[in-house]
Order: sequence, then structure tokens, then C-alpha cells
Amino acid sequence: MDLSYSAEDIAFRDEVRSFLADNMPKHISDTVRSGGDLTKAMMEEWHAILNSRGWLATIWPVEFGGPGWSPVQKHIFEEECCRAYAPRILPFGLSMLGPVLQKFGTKEQQDHYLPRILDGTDWWCQGYSEPGAGSDLANLKTRAVRDGDEWVINGQKTWTTLGQHADWIFCLCRTNPEAKAQEGISFILVDMKTPGIELRPIKLIEGGHEVNEVFFTDVRVPYGNLVGQENKGWTIAKYLLTHERTGIAGVGFSMQALEEVKALARKVRRNGKPLIQDPLFAARVAQAEIDLEAMKITNLRMLFKAQQQGAPGPETSILKIKGTVIHQELKDLARRALGPAAAPFPGHVTDGNLMFGPADSAHNAAQYFNYRKTSIYGGSNEIQRNILTKTMLEL
Amino acid sequence: MDFNLTEDRRMLADTLNRFLADQYPVEHRNKVAYDAPFHDPAKWEQLAELGALFALAPEAAGGFGGTGFDISVVFEAMGRTLNPEPVLAALLASRLLSAADEDQEALLSGATKYAVGFTEIDAPYELDQIAAQAAAKGDGYTLSGRKSTVYGGHVADVILVAAQLNGKLALFEVKATDANITGYAMMEGGGAAEVLLDDTPARLLLADATAALQDAIDAGIVALCAEAVGAMDVTHAITVDYLKQRKQFGVPIGKFQVLQHRAVDMLTEIEQARSITIKAAAELGGNEASRYASMAKNMIGRAARLIAEEAIQMHGGIAMTWEYPVSHYAKRLVMIDPQLGDTDYHLSRIMAQLDAA
Ligand SMILES: Cc1cc2nc3c(=O)[nH]c(=O)nc-3n(C[C@H](O)[C@H](O)[C@H](O)COP(=O)(O)OP(=O)(O)OC[C@H]3O[C@@H](n4cnc5c(N)ncnc54)[C@H](O)[C@@H]3O)c2cc1C
Repeated sequence: MDLSYSAEDIAFRDEVRSFLADNMPKHISDTVRSGGDLTKAMMEEWHAILNSRGWLATIWPVEFGGPGWSPVQKHIFEEECCRAYAPRILPFGLSMLGPVLQKFGTKEQQDHYLPRILDGTDWWCQGYSEPGAGSDLANLKTRAVRDGDEWVINGQKTWTTLGQHADWIFCLCRTNPEAKAQEGISFILVDMKTPGIELRPIKLIEGGHEVNEVFFTDVRVPYGNLVGQENKGWTIAKYLLTHERTGIAGVGFSMQALEEVKALARKVRRNGKPLIQDPLFAARVAQAEIDLEAMKITNLRMLFKAQQQGAPGPETSILKIKGTVIHQELKDLARRALGPAAAPFPGHVTDGNLMFGPADSAHNAAQYFNYRKTSIYGGSNEIQRNILTKTMLEL
Repeated sequence: MDFNLTEDRRMLADTLNRFLADQYPVEHRNKVAYDAPFHDPAKWEQLAELGALFALAPEAAGGFGGTGFDISVVFEAMGRTLNPEPVLAALLASRLLSAADEDQEALLSGATKYAVGFTEIDAPYELDQIAAQAAAKGDGYTLSGRKSTVYGGHVADVILVAAQLNGKLALFEVKATDANITGYAMMEGGGAAEVLLDDTPARLLLADATAALQDAIDAGIVALCAEAVGAMDVTHAITVDYLKQRKQFGVPIGKFQVLQHRAVDMLTEIEQARSITIKAAAELGGNEASRYASMAKNMIGRAARLIAEEAIQMHGGIAMTWEYPVSHYAKRLVMIDPQLGDTDYHLSRIMAQLDAA
């Protein structure tokens, strides 16, 4: 057993680190650091920088423009990006649709859509969930009916993350209502500008706008926008959920959050001393650090296993459960550290002189609330436990 | 022994619950809680007319209540509807005015709004770390320093300020118009303010105010704990109702045993929280008031976080939305923790007493 990175891994890490040091725009990393809202332009700018280096589609095979990294290299890259306060790479085109088209798409679809994902021409969003189909995704009702060489789509998607910026949405639609739930579903690409689509914003708990409802009324798209076979969309949906799980533990983000908590606790004062010297608060931080240290190794062990087996196994659900809980705990500590100074609604105290505590922390309470989402989406932590119960425990 | 409310208090509770539910339906509540002045001035007057503020003070001070149980009745009702009116500020000020033997008719009638400034950025909870300074000037005094997250300070006419005078913590009255006040909405709605004092004229109320401030904080803690109990009750009820309504995989999600057990754990913690709040209310004004206030605030901090997080998780995405009331209950429940001392602060106070004979 050897826990150290190989010489090549270390050389790779240094290369990534220096690239990020030279190319990470400060206005973007400052926004990430303060937990502020990333604009569409910022996300596009960052994608373009990575794309120019060939590092945007980190999980794509080389023939489609990926860098051909090993799982460990992908992990190093993510960790370094977090260290540099880079924004998360948007998953919808790059980690979701890209791999789907590579496996199930036609040559024409691949040639048309993949380059446009890379160069930022198309911003994708994910149209899976519906009001009645969350954990039970196979219960989805949005209907697509074939009419000559077109699909006519009616129904509603919801929780569509960043749909307000999207050019395209990939949807799971019911194409055979007679078949068993999982068997009558198809995977269809829809241009968001198509007549009949209406997008309504959903305001989240902390006041932000990142998700939407999308309504479809007689929306007509070419039949050729079908990906894979008609009525075989569930296979694609499942592939998508199990395919890429490198970043699922969010270790880099938790490392970032831990450093922020420590820095904050050194600045904030309690009982006439820095908060970091308060034994109760220090115990909370130390425990989170221990959990995270273990999670780093758990994550690497599972990556290593995936590398050996060629695909991640169901045990990666452990990464999702524990990874989100650790990150949420750290966000709780960041809010807790501020004490009453966490109170202002973000944006309400605009006078820089009145900013309480370190300016970076104005969004701490908002972030704590917003990050409750991570144990709900992408398969809730209860659903992950159900998966482990069935696959690992065989109960 | 009798755990029933007296007839008078039960009537007060009924009246307030009805008034608050009628007058602050969720949409209205959310609107006034987040739009300046972060409460509803017209309804504030009606609330005062119902006697909500008179209930906070004893007869000697012109009120008709003032015990821990009077306070908890009012605030539990406030918590049930997430009421954003600055009643906590009035309670804290009323305790201090009573201690200073000051007339408080204008406070109790709702005509004059008070707030209390003791929290500072580097002394969020600790009275003995307060840095604001008082200086004698002519017949009176001036104050300098900054008071932070002054609840209700954004609409107050008068601010009672704790500041150092001759090596003691003293209490002063400052006219809001004399201070530099910046108000803002809080994360969960309702308002607070930063109060900047710079040679600001002030009237001395108490030269040695530590005991009075501690009593005000103890009373405030009873209020916050009762408010949390009310908010937890409602949050739990909405959650259980949702478990019965929401179907996934062809069954109500309440059929999943993992969710059933967690809903029961929530209930257990709420009952414990209610009990410790009753204990703290019973002890308010007595020798051990601070000890039980600390116990209550610690337990509420733990329970409220659990209820908030579990309510969201067990709802799924819906409770992450602004539109669904549970998100607002969750915010209030979590943000009560840093008011008047958080879980850890109050735990450390109990820890410090463990070894005492
Ligand atoms: C911020 C945010 C962004 C999102 N972005 C997207 C997006 O871009 N595209 C998209 O398609 N979707 C998106 N989602 C939707 C997300 O995937 C769903 O919220 C998730 O699948 C859960 O579904 P639900 O919210 O309907 O909860 P439900 O499925 O109704 O679940 C409610 C509760 O019941 C539990 N539960 C359900 N079934 C079981 C069971 N069998 N056993 C035990 N417990 C169970 C759940 O764990 C949860 O606690 C997003 C959600 C959020 C909150």
C-alpha cells in the first residue's frame, strides 16, 4: 500500500496549479470565494479558458476532445480547481449530455452537438424531474407524441437548474404510455427557443434564482432529436446516473470550506479570544477535519477501484451520502462562526464600512441554507441508502 | 403540580393565535418581513391593542403579566406564524425599564418603539466583553462605539444601550434620531440594525446594569425558546402532513419507515425542547434563572437545527423553495441560535457550573 502520488501525478499537479495561478481571473475567484452569484458571463469565461487549454471536458475520451486523464488525475484537477476558487464546471453539457451522446448518439449528433458544448455555443439544462416525479423519476408524465417527422411535446419539467441561461434542454419524455413505467420513456433534445416553451423562475430558500419550472405546450421538435432508441430512454437515464462519479464526494469543495472556516475562526472573537481557541467550536472544526481526512482516502480508494475495474460500483453512493453531509456540516460551521453577524439578508448591508466580520463571509448563512440541496438532488441521500441496501447489503 | 395554562393565559394564547393567523397569512408575512420596514406598522398597533406587550410586563410596571409563562404564551404564538414584529426588542427593553424604575406606558401601548443595544461584533454574546464607552459631558453623558444586530433597531424610537462607565457596565437611553442607524432585513425576515455611536448624547438609566441586562437576556431567551417551540410544532405538523400527501413509487412517502422514525425523532426533540422551555420560564426572575435559560437555549439550538434540516430533507426539493412555508420556518429556527447566545455559548456556561459543589 502506498498513499503517495506518483512522480507523474505530482508533476501533473504542479502543472495544473501553475496553469490556474496564471489563468484564473480574479473577479471570478473572488466571487466564488465570497459565495456570491456567478453570472452567466463569468461561467462562460471560465469554460472558455479551460477549453483553450483542452481541460474543459475532463471526463471525455480523447477522441471527443477530452484530455485522457486517469481518475486520479481528474481528482487532482478538481482538487486544484477548488484550491484556486475556480467555479464548478457546469455538469449539464459536459458531464451529462456529452457522455450520453458519446455512447448513444448518432455520428451526426456527436459531430453537431459535442463541439458546441466545448466552445460554449450551447448551454444545456437537464429536464428530468417533474412535480410528480422526483425520487420516483420513472413516474414522469411529460408526453412526446410522434407526428410525421416531428415530436409534439406536452407537459412540465421542474427544478431545471440554470434553465434561464440555457439554449437547449435534454428531456426524458413518455413516448409509450401503455408500457411499464420504465419502458415507455425516450431521451429527446429540445431547443429552448421552440414556440410553446415557457420558463418560470423558482425562488429558492435563500432568495436566489438557480432553478426553474419549464412548461411545454405543443412543442414541436424534429424526430431526429431523439437520442438512442425510442422508448429506451431509461437506459440512458440510468447510464447518466452511474457513469461519472469522480467528483461526487465533493472533497475539494469541503477542503475549501474547511480552510474558510478556519480562517474565519481565527478572525472572529469570542470571550475576548479568537474563536478558534474556543474549545467547543474548535472541537466541531476538528471533528469535521477528521471526517474529511477519512473521506479523502475513502474517495481515493473508490477511485482506485473504479480505475482497476473500469467502472465505478454502487459503493460510490457512500461518497454521495458522506460527502454531502461533511460539506453541509462545514457550511453550518461557517454560519455558526459568525454568530449574530450571520443575520443580514444578503445584499441588504451594502455599505462596505458596515459589513460585519470578514467581508468574504456575507453569504455564509445563505450558503448554509442553499447547500441543503446537495443531500436532496442527484438522488437524495435516502435513495442512495436504498441503493446501498439493495446492492451492497442485498437486503 | 399543574401543567395547564391558567384561564387568562389560555385566553391570551387563543386571541393571539387567532389574530396572528388571520392577519399574517404566509404571503403577507413574507412580504412585510422582507420589505422595509420589515414588519407591518398598522398591525403592530393592533397587536399592541390586543395587549401583547402589556402581557410582557408585571403590574408594578403597568402591565398585566411579566412572568416566564406570560412571555412564553406570547412568543409561542409569534413563532407559530413566524411573526416579524419587533416584540423581542420590546420585551428586552421592558425588563430594563422595570429594573430602572422608568415609566413604560409608551412602550407597552406600542406608541414608542424601543430596542436594546448590547451585542457588539467582538462581543456577540458576552456582557463582560462590551467595549462601547460612556463619558460624562455637562449634566449628561455621551456614548461612543458600535452596537451590532440590534433587533428592532431599524424602527426603534429609543435605543437602550449598554456601555462602560467608570469600570462598570451601565445602561443608557439614546434617542434614535441622535444615533447613526442602518437597518436591514435579516436572513429569515424581520429587521435589525447597526447602531453607530460617536459622542452621541445619552441619558443614564442604571449605573450598574449587569444584573438587569442578564435578567433581560434570560427573559429574552425564554421568549426565543417559546418562539422556537411554536415554530417547530408547525414545521413538524406540516412535515407529517406532507408525508401523508406526497406520493412516490405509488405510495405516500410516509409509508417509508426511515421517514416515519425520523418524524418520531423530531417529535421527541420538540417535546424535550418544550419541557426545558417550561422549566426556564418557571425559573425566570429567580436565583437560577440564568442557569435554566442557558440549558433551554442550548437544547433549543440543537433541536431547532434538527427540525429545520430534517423538515427540508424529508420534503425534498419543495422545501428548498421560497414559496413553500417550511423554508421560512427552517430559516427562523436556525437563525434563532445566534440570538442571545448560541448552543456552544450556553453549553459552556453549564460546563462551568459542573464542578461547583
Ligand atoms: C436546487 C435543486 C436543483 C435541482 N436541479 C435539477 C435539474 O437541473 N434537473 C432535474 O431534472 N432535477 C433537478 N432537481 C430535482 C432533484 O433531482 C429532486 O429534487 C430529487 O430527485 C428529489 O425529488 P423530490 O424533490 O420530488 O422529492 P421526493 O422524491 O418527493 O422525496 C421526498 C422525500 O422522500 C424521500 N423518499 C422518496 N422515496 C423514498 C424511498 N423509496 N425511501 C425512503 N425515502 C424516500 C426522499 O429522500 C425525500 O426525503 C433539483 C433539485 C433541487 C432542490
